[in-house]
Amino acid sequence: MDTYLLQIFNGISVSSVLLLAALGLAITFGLMKIINMAHGEMIMIGAYTTYMVQNLFISFLGDRYFDLYFIAAIPLSFLITGFVGYLLEISIVKRLYGRTLDSLLATWGISLILQQLARNIFGAPNVDVKSPAWLNGGVVVLSNIQLPYKRLFIILLAALCIAGVYLFLFKSDSGRRIRAVMQNRSMAESLGINTRKVDSMTFAIGSGLAGIAGCALTLLGSIGPTLGTNYIVDTFMVVVLGGVGRIIGTVAGAAAIGIGNTTFEYFTNASLGKVLVFLAVILFLQWKPQGFFSISSRVLDE
Amino acid sequence: MERNLHYLKGSFLKDRLFANNFIITLLFVLLALAPLFLSDFRTNLLGKFIAYAILALGIDLIWGYTGILSLGHGVYFGLGAYCMAMYLKLEASNGKLPDFMSWSGQKVLPWFWKPFVYAPVAIILSVLVPAILALIIGYLTFKNRIKGVYFSILTQALSIIFVVLFVGQQAYTGGTNGITNFKTIFGFPLSSSSTKVTLYYVALGFLILAFLFCRWIVQSRFGKVLIAIRDSENRARFSGYNPAIYKTFVYCISAGLAGLAGALFVPQVGIISPAEMGIVPSVEMVIWVAIGGRGTLVGAVIGAILVNSLKSMVSEGFPAAWSYFIGISFVAVVIFMPYGLAGLLNQIKRKIYTQKSVKQYSSAALNILEESGCDEYVG
Repeated sequence: MDTYLLQIFNGISVSSVLLLAALGLAITFGLMKIINMAHGEMIMIGAYTTYMVQNLFISFLGDRYFDLYFIAAIPLSFLITGFVGYLLEISIVKRLYGRTLDSLLATWGISLILQQLARNIFGAPNVDVKSPAWLNGGVVVLSNIQLPYKRLFIILLAALCIAGVYLFLFKSDSGRRIRAVMQNRSMAESLGINTRKVDSMTFAIGSGLAGIAGCALTLLGSIGPTLGTNYIVDTFMVVVLGGVGRIIGTVAGAAAIGIGNTTFEYFTNASLGKVLVFLAVILFLQWKPQGFFSISSRVLDE
Repeated sequence: MERNLHYLKGSFLKDRLFANNFIITLLFVLLALAPLFLSDFRTNLLGKFIAYAILALGIDLIWGYTGILSLGHGVYFGLGAYCMAMYLKLEASNGKLPDFMSWSGQKVLPWFWKPFVYAPVAIILSVLVPAILALIIGYLTFKNRIKGVYFSILTQALSIIFVVLFVGQQAYTGGTNGITNFKTIFGFPLSSSSTKVTLYYVALGFLILAFLFCRWIVQSRFGKVLIAIRDSENRARFSGYNPAIYKTFVYCISAGLAGLAGALFVPQVGIISPAEMGIVPSVEMVIWVAIGGRGTLVGAVIGAILVNSLKSMVSEGFPAAWSYFIGISFVAVVIFMPYGLAGLLNQIKRKIYTQKSVKQYSSAALNILEESGCDEYVG
């Protein structure tokens, strides 16, 4: 039972990473109907940014300030990944609006290029990021259960990001514009909203969130050029299961997939666990094809 | 004048049909002659690409004609390949337990391996097993109108699931290494060059059959409904067709073709491993069709053979360059030529024909004007 509790806890922390990645994806998909297969590579870019920030701290600031590098890495990975996302949007993605399946294929091509770039720059073998000292150790809850600070920190980070995205979308002017474009693009356009600008900004923010996910992932293990591919499908499943266009749906989807994975894995084994989760998702979609939460709409052809 | 117009229209259509038939016939003749000029190694390689071309036909049926993007076709390909590999492995083990089973501590042959002792059963199952899986997956998703990207994502998850499952069940599937070390097929040694050439021609024969079969489907009434579903699913539904049934059916055919391709792949390549079923190969299969030209059967065949030939050439010389090449070409094809090479060919052809017909039209118009005595306007 104790191990199971620990498993659930691990599941929640994996969910948080998935959630961070899926959040950006859900927004881009909901807003622009673009399936960004290069989203996984955004996670990778975030992770490598963290790696570079760590190396810069080591070579320029020495040991004294080393522990602070992670604090700097979080916003930097958001900014750099967001910028890469912005470049992608204005160069390639903008030509793909209205062609959802094509966007999936083209962005897959982009992801191949980015992976190979990472391989050329950082080398094919995985690299390690040393976590800061203040994240080592953990909270002892019961006699034999220890919750690692790293995983707690990831959960906290995800919660902060959710809160940030919520505030941004619902309390700021830019967020209101994004929601307006999401709900009715042509009406928003005629009311004077620059939808091009909203699109590229949203894409950048979505990518930036994936960058933070990548930054968080460095705490859980070593990173490599194909880091993103391991997460992209799970991330998409989160979006499909949760329903498009609602933050709460993404949260629920991430929790269901993350905890479902660890639970099934605990009771069977790693390979059967994944199969069972997939079956459960397929069966669930039989009942609710739109996912947990969806914006009701009278549009026939989505 | 009337006759003139009819002639123009008729010849335009006939020319196009003729051109497509001409290209595919030429391609098949070239493929049939290829073993005379190529080394055994290259022939073998080309045979592998021919198996891929059959798979590409299947993907073109569902993607190019019906608008369903499946990113899990590696699974169907792999299942067909594993069915064939199980037969080859049993033949190689000579009545004993296959080697990897005894390594993993398995004592007796699992029940689902037993039918694969018989070659005909293995061959039939290599088409049926993928088709039945596609029936289940397709029926469950299409019935609930899960379509577009949602379907693509689910099929992608399917491919991950199968890789994980096949890697995990080492005692039954050979794990990461897959199934390999075959010796003979129907009693003929696989390593001999005559068997290899025979296998090549068998694959080519199946490719021609598959092509004719797909063309028959596409040109039939059924094919027209598929195109209608692709262009507007709701309109097709409102016209009284049930898209779910049509989509499920064509998805099964596509999976069956993929299985057949897998069965032809294994004896030529000599190994099947879960890596062939993963997401990356599955998406690459779609790339072949995209580059060749979706929505034309010729394009699918050309795409599969061309991209794979390029791949083996480029990656022999510069392995790193291949990723860039395929990535960039994919972005470029999707953005600039969504109908691939075949579409480009059609565009060029249309341009030439329009110029030609404009010339003929204008001369026909001149004739009419002259006949009706309106010379002064022509001047």
